[in-house]
Amino acid sequence: MSEFILPRRQLIARAAGFAALPLLSGCDAINDAPVVRKILSMGEVMHQHSQRALTDRNALAREFTRADLSPTFRPNGTRLPEGAAYAAHAARGFADWRVTVSELVNTPLSLSLADIRAMPQRTQITRHDCVEGWSAIGEWTGVQLSHLLAAAGLRDRARFIVFRCADRIGDANYYESCDLVDALHPQTILAWALNGQVLPIANGAPLRLRIERQLGYKHAKYLTGIEVVASLDSIGSGKGGYWEDRVDYEWYAGI
Amino acid sequence: MLAAPDAPVVPSEAAPPVRVYRHRLPTRIWHWVNAVTLLILLMSGLMIFNAHPRLYWGEYGANADPAWLAIGATPKTGYLRVGEWRVETTGVLGRWTDATGEEQTWAFPGWATIPTSYNLADGRRWHLFFAWVLSIGLTLYMLWTVFGGHLRKDLHLRRAEWSPRHIWRDIKDHARLRFPTGEAAARYNILQKFSYISVIFIMLPLMIATGLTMSPGFNATAPWLLDLFGGRQSARSIHFIIAFGLVAFFLVHIVMVLLAGPVNEIRSMITGWFRLRPDRGEGA
Repeated sequence: MSEFILPRRQLIARAAGFAALPLLSGCDAINDAPVVRKILSMGEVMHQHSQRALTDRNALAREFTRADLSPTFRPNGTRLPEGAAYAAHAARGFADWRVTVSELVNTPLSLSLADIRAMPQRTQITRHDCVEGWSAIGEWTGVQLSHLLAAAGLRDRARFIVFRCADRIGDANYYESCDLVDALHPQTILAWALNGQVLPIANGAPLRLRIERQLGYKHAKYLTGIEVVASLDSIGSGKGGYWEDRVDYEWYAGI
Repeated sequence: MLAAPDAPVVPSEAAPPVRVYRHRLPTRIWHWVNAVTLLILLMSGLMIFNAHPRLYWGEYGANADPAWLAIGATPKTGYLRVGEWRVETTGVLGRWTDATGEEQTWAFPGWATIPTSYNLADGRRWHLFFAWVLSIGLTLYMLWTVFGGHLRKDLHLRRAEWSPRHIWRDIKDHARLRFPTGEAAARYNILQKFSYISVIFIMLPLMIATGLTMSPGFNATAPWLLDLFGGRQSARSIHFIIAFGLVAFFLVHIVMVLLAGPVNEIRSMITGWFRLRPDRGEGA
């Protein structure tokens, strides 16, 4: 019975689709108009400023208990970086992995995982919210970014932190950025452990960012470099992140 | 000027239709701004839903966790599953054909989303901008409703209206499509009052609150609000359920307007002036 109904339904849907084509393409033309995009992006600016105005800069994201952990922490984005270099690092247990802190700092740093683990550590059980709508709760351990930045010493012109990653997606390696409010936030850490285990490759081994008051795409994985800059204009196409530059995701991912 | 619906003019029999000033300017402006805003929020919201067409209860929820609602596709069909109940929705949900004849397996079809083809970033841009239009508009309209007399004059539930008999009679009148005539048509009836009060003071505020609690930034601002809804994925589910409650309100609203006389009703929401139909003469 349903075999007879289905094609007819599809036929109707298709006919309706063709009938609506001019209307729909009209809608998409509105969506693509530069002035419309400019107006719509005012929403992002208003969200950013109102959230910053209403929220203490050190207000914490909710921390949970081990009883609240997601049974499975879903990995997203790159699950295994391409290339022989990363594979070689993984084979050696990331013993030679370095992460650098550079640009507008007094003392540029190049740190091994052992260096990072020797620093004061923070463990936090937080909820990861993907821009797609799902959430997962995990326990993260790592060093506070504020600790690294204090060790390197920020110069006066420092305004943004850029995160460089080892995973190549299409034409470029992943990158993200945040301002100093989020960079110096106590829960912003470079994590090397998830749920008490060494960070799995799918979740960003050996080192990933946790920036708990923003959506998942800000949490750069496979970290290789931290750049302190005065402006995001010369980073990628100037919008501050891989997806921001390519599909126009919001740079402020607090909502 | 005939000021308000609470002081309608009673038409005398056989007189030409009497016009009453039924909707004041703030109501008319908000009505139409809101009509556009809610349509955009719904369609861009469906696009956002398409990015992860599963709903959960509690704080967390992702692909490995049990979803109480899911829209998905099998190799040949599309389906909607709610709990244990599952219905085939090929052509509409989960598997459908887009305007160029291409088969798609996103949850909601292109004619229902903004933009028409999958683009989470743009869906969010529209949604998060018009969320501001809704929030600011609703705040102003609520203030006006409470302090400008709309609540007291038009929406206030009078004691007599609370009687079960009165409510039952209004339900019967609606079911029989017997719409009030004469003086009674100038006022909201009890079911209208219930609907408008629940939309303005319950559903729309809940949409904004559940929307805000999906923001990780706002969760740090007001963690208690998320606790109220039982966690982020619960907030997302409630947001979705009320959205379809608003769709249901919209459908009933449109049917009622069509049945009650669309020209007169729509004209009154544009100009404010409503033409009273002569009384049936049964005594109001």
